Formats: sequence, C-alpha cells, structure tokens
Amino acid sequence: MNKLPLIIKREYLAKVRNKSFVIMTFLSPILMVGMILLIAYLTKLNDSEKRVIAVLNESDFFSTEFLSNETTSYVNYRDLTLEEAKDSTINMGYYGLVYVPEENTLELVSQRAFFYSVDAPNTTILESLERIFKERLKQERLRELGISPSEYAEMDRTFQMNISTFEGEQNLKGINEIKAIIGGGFGYLIMMFIIIYGGFVMRSVIEEKTSRIIEVIVSSVKPFQLMLGKIIGTSLAGITQFGIWIVSGTILLFIAMAIFDIDPSDVSGRGAIPAIGQGVNSGIPSADLTMQLYAQELFDIPWGLLITFFLVYFILGYLIYSSIYAAIGAAVDNETDTQQFIFPIILPLMLAIYVGFFSVFSNPHGPIAVGFSIFPLTSPIVMMMRLPGGIGEGGVPVWQLISSILILMATFIGIVWLAAKIYRVGILMYGKKPSYKELFKWLKY
Amino acid sequence: MNNILVVDEVTKQFGNHTALRSVSLEIPENSIYGLLGPNGAGKTTLIRIINQITYPDQGKVFFGGEALKPEHISQIGYLPEERGLYKNMKVGEQALYLAQLKGLSKHDAKERLKFWFDRFEIGDWWGKKIQELSKGMAQKIQFIVTVLHEPKLLIFDEPFSGFDPINANIIKEEIWNLKENGTSIIFSTHRMESVEELCEYIALIHRAEKILDGKLSDIKKAFKNNIFGVGVTTEAPELLLGELKERYQVLSSSFDSREKQLDFSVQLPNENSTSLLGFLGSKSNVNSFVEAIPSANDIFIRTIQNKGYAHE
Repeated sequence: MNKLPLIIKREYLAKVRNKSFVIMTFLSPILMVGMILLIAYLTKLNDSEKRVIAVLNESDFFSTEFLSNETTSYVNYRDLTLEEAKDSTINMGYYGLVYVPEENTLELVSQRAFFYSVDAPNTTILESLERIFKERLKQERLRELGISPSEYAEMDRTFQMNISTFEGEQNLKGINEIKAIIGGGFGYLIMMFIIIYGGFVMRSVIEEKTSRIIEVIVSSVKPFQLMLGKIIGTSLAGITQFGIWIVSGTILLFIAMAIFDIDPSDVSGRGAIPAIGQGVNSGIPSADLTMQLYAQELFDIPWGLLITFFLVYFILGYLIYSSIYAAIGAAVDNETDTQQFIFPIILPLMLAIYVGFFSVFSNPHGPIAVGFSIFPLTSPIVMMMRLPGGIGEGGVPVWQLISSILILMATFIGIVWLAAKIYRVGILMYGKKPSYKELFKWLKY
Repeated sequence: MNNILVVDEVTKQFGNHTALRSVSLEIPENSIYGLLGPNGAGKTTLIRIINQITYPDQGKVFFGGEALKPEHISQIGYLPEERGLYKNMKVGEQALYLAQLKGLSKHDAKERLKFWFDRFEIGDWWGKKIQELSKGMAQKIQFIVTVLHEPKLLIFDEPFSGFDPINANIIKEEIWNLKENGTSIIFSTHRMESVEELCEYIALIHRAEKILDGKLSDIKKAFKNNIFGVGVTTEAPELLLGELKERYQVLSSSFDSREKQLDFSVQLPNENSTSLLGFLGSKSNVNSFVEAIPSANDIFIRTIQNKGYAHE
C-alpha cells in the first residue's frame, strides 16, 4: 500500500488551513497592488508639483529664454536691485532666484550669473537652468561663426549601427536584455519559490521534531517517504498560493488602474527597467516599425520550449533545495539553530541572480553565463535567463543544455540521497547542537 | 510456546559508540515482557530496530517466525517515549491519519476510533485541536492511536511516565485487556518497579549488552537469599532475640514496646522455614512471616555488581 498520497494530502491541508498562510495568501496581492498604486500616486504627485523661480535679468543677451514648462514656471522681475529681488523671492516663497547681470559679452554674463535658493537646489532644476545657458552660448557661438540655426539643425545627425547575425537575421538592440528579463523573471520565480517554500518544509520538519510526533510516524512510514511527501505537499500548497497571487493580483491591479485611472506605463517605465527602456527607445527612427519588430521578436521567443524547461528546472531545482532544507530542519532542535546552515544555501541562489543580472543580461552566451548555467546549484536560475534566446544556433548550444540538465539530475539524486540520510538520523536526534562535523558523521550511520 | 519476536545477536553502532552488542532476546507470544535497564543502555535503539526505524549492523530480528520486513509494521504498535501529536490538527483527523499510515482503511479506522472514543468517553473531542487538550487527554489519544490497528505486538517505551495515577491505571487495565485478547506486549523502562507487577518475562540491558533474561518468577527464585521478614508479639523480646541469635542469622530487628511487637529479618541456610516457624510458634504469637523476594531493582543491581560493571 502506498502511503505517499496520504502524507502529501496531510501536508497540503496542514499548510493550506494554516491561518497565517491563508492571511498571507489573500493579503499579499492587496499589499502588492497597494504598493504599486502608492508608487504611481507618488510619482504623479512628484511630477505635478510646480516650482516657481524668479528671474532678475539685467542683460540684453537673454529675453525669452526662460520659458515656463510643466515643472517650472519663471517670474520675471524688473527694475529691482539684486537685494530687493532676493527679499522679494523669499517673501513670495519662490523656489529660487536666477540673477543674470549686465555685461559686455555673453561669456561674462554666463560667468557672473547666479542662482540663489534657500537650500541646495534640486538637480533637475539646476540642469534645466544650465541647459538654457548652454543653449544660448551655443547659439551665440554659431552666430559668430556665421551659421544659421537651420543650417545647424541639419548638421545634427543621429547614427544607429545596424546589427545582424551571420545568418542574416536582423538583430534588435536591447532585445537580448528583454529576453534576459523574461528569463530572469522565470529564474526569480524559482528562487522565490525555493526560499519561501523551502523554509516552510524546514519549519514543518522542525515542528514534527519538537512536537515529538516524528517517532510515531517513522514507525509507520519510511523517513524518506515522509520527507518526499512533505516536500511535495508543501510545494503543491505553494503552487496554490502562487496561483492565487497571480490571478488575484492581476485582477486587482486592473481594477485599481481602472478606478484610479493610472497609465500602466507610468509605473513600469519608471520603476523596474528604466535603463533598458532608454536603450530601446533613444533615437531610433520610425518607432512604430521598431515596436513591431520587437513584438515580432517577443512572439518568436520559444514560449513552449521555455515553459517546458522552466518546469524541468523548477522541479529539479526545487527538489534539490527543499531536500536540503528538510535535512537542516531534521538536524536542528529549533529554528534559531538553522542560521549557520541556511546561509550556504541562500548563497548560490543569490549568486545565480546576481550573475544573471550582471553578466547574463549583457552577454548571455559568455563563459560566465555558460559556467553558471551548468553548475547545478545555480543552473536552474541562470539557464532560465539564457533560454529565451532559443536553443541551438544563436541560442544556448544543445550540449550545454543537455549537460546542464544531466548534471542537475545527478546532483538531484546525490543531494536527495545525502539529505535523506541526514534527515533519517536527525529527526530522532534530540538535544544535540549539530555541527558540520556531526552531520558528516551521521552520513555514516 | 511460540515466540512472537526473536532478536538474534543484534549489534548496532553509531560511529564509535556501540549501542547494542550481540543482543539476543526471545519474546513469547501473548506475554508481557519487560525490557529493563538504565537510561542510555540501548533499549530505545533495540525498539527502533524492532520498529524498522533503524536497522541492525549485524544480527537479525524475526517476527512471528519470519525475518522482519516492512509489511510487519502494520502488526506492531509502538508508543515511543518521546510522544507527541500535531498541535494544530484536530483530534479526529489526526487519529484517522495515523491509523491510515498504519494501513487501516479510512472506513475501518473511523469505526474503531468511534469504539475507542466511546470507551474512554471522549467522543466530544473529535473536533478539538490537540493544543486545546490537557496532557493526560493527549496521552489517551496516543494510546488509542497505538492500539487502534489491533497489532499482534505492542511496544510501550516508558509507558507510565507522565501519566497521572488515574490515567495510568486506566491504561494498565486496557493493556491487561489487550493481553487477555492475545496481544504480546513489551514494556521498556528504566523505572523497573513501575512494570514489575505486570511483567511475566524480563530482560536486563546494561551498556549495550543483555546481562540477564528469563521468566521473572524464575529469576526471582534464583536471586532469593532465604531471607524472611517476621513479626511476632512477645512479652520478652530480649530473651527471644537472644535465643534466635543463637540458632539463626538475624540481620536486623526492632521492637515496639507499646504494641509488644518485635520485627526482625533472618537469613536461613536453605529454603526450609519449618524449624524456624516451629520455634517461633512455641515462644510467641507470629503476626507475619514473609519471604523477602528481591525486586527487579535489587536483581539488577546485584547482577551488575556480580559482573563487575559497578567498579568501572
């Protein structure tokens, strides 16, 4: 008779019925959406705040250059001394005062011009002021050289390198980053899942150990069966929770956006990936066509393949890590003793994410990316970041994928075997503060 | 008589530490067997081997004549010393789960649980969580879960530790009932006096080795020293005592002058107490005459001393 389904069912129900689990399941999407709304709101608020700057212009070189815009409006002072203007600025509560003195040359004017403000000025404002002066200086110089503004405008050219693979496919700038972000999303999902639900597995083992029920249970089932049932049951609960999060989060987000009338690009454009956004958009002609190409590229990402391999890496990676978590739970008597063992598990996960973001994004098939996508403790995350580029030519070479999965499987068998041994001994060991040396001894029992 | 369980030369090591050294036991069917020994002697390791939680390095265990195999788990019930239940689970669900793990079908488990819950009059606990129950209540549940699948062999590790006297008695009675119905029972304990009255057979385990085993009555016979405790009423205790000391080896004595009661213990050269009784009967009124049978504790201590362990 097979007792595994029984154990899985109990572990699942025990997790799903747990009050804090239920609360987290339903509260998290609300918190997340609330946070996104808050960020969007604050961003809007920040943008809509208008600053007033007083201008005391005594020079003939400047007349209409100080133009009010969305974020700044300029108030011109006339026939005031500098001191009077300063007082007035303070009294009116303006953000600051630009003083442009009268001099013979524009150069001198620029050198002697001052911006007075209560505190050190905001960089955005400073930059816009500097831009005004720079532009004016440039025009003056052009005039001296005898070039008309329209001639100058024609001089200004942008240039974009055309890129292509040897097979003649046109490559788009930034598409690698976009693909890596998609893969990174999958990798990140794997990491989050491992950390959250691996921790659950560990705590569940500790609970069984401290409540002393473990010996009753292992007199009925094999410890390995119990461990496996626990891991599977917990991960099913995790998948349930993730599913609820994704569905309810999406629905809530759309509802909230509809209610508060928020443009999604407000949030995403600013928050997550500003650098990539700029890289993609800056100076590319005929934006529509480009967008079409990007859409095509995204469409061409082998989604089926990606999801298949996501499942493979997800399952193997999760099983490896959660069995380590189970072994840790078995080795200790309470949660405070787990710290020394948890850090070495988190380390490769963090490493995978960092290597992914710093190296794989810019160079998905470079030596570092290849190395970490084959090394078994980081491969589930790093390989997922590489895979959106496809398999075979132009993507991940087949041998790398196969060796990565084979090594991962071998590791899986090895680690689960080791973890099961530690687990088997550890669950019946009370009152011993385990060291690595002790754990090593257990392997021989 | 058949043996329900035979342990044959079992050795178990944990690293450099030997937990069991060539231990052999024979546990007769339908008996109550006491596995006695101090803490850390290896009793729990032996029980874990019988329950197939761990495996012997050397030696074999036979259950009902067959080499121990996973199928036997459903015929053994085990109440460990470190006992507990899931705190957040409801009593009924938990009992069902544990019974199903022992191989009962859900239907059977439910029916039997009902029977036991009624028997202990705890039917209204079904929907309660363990953390709402007192320790004594939880122990009843544990007992039920242990015996629910009607195993042929029941193993209780430190059975009465933590039970209050009332519950301990209830449990003792239930264990007697089970024995009457044909179940074999192993008690493992370091508090030997707690199970002495129940056990027919005992084995003494000390420092990973079995140092003594057999029928308790036989062992006691072998260990008795022909010492008798006697109480008589007499007007002249000194005189009587003097005469006694001339004839027998008197070990200790005390006199209660108000009740005229003389108590003494005496060691005879052999089992025959007729002459002593005759002598006393002619001189005084005998109130009590009891052979001092050694307790399991005494036997244990003497065995250890004889084997020279105590000097280590």
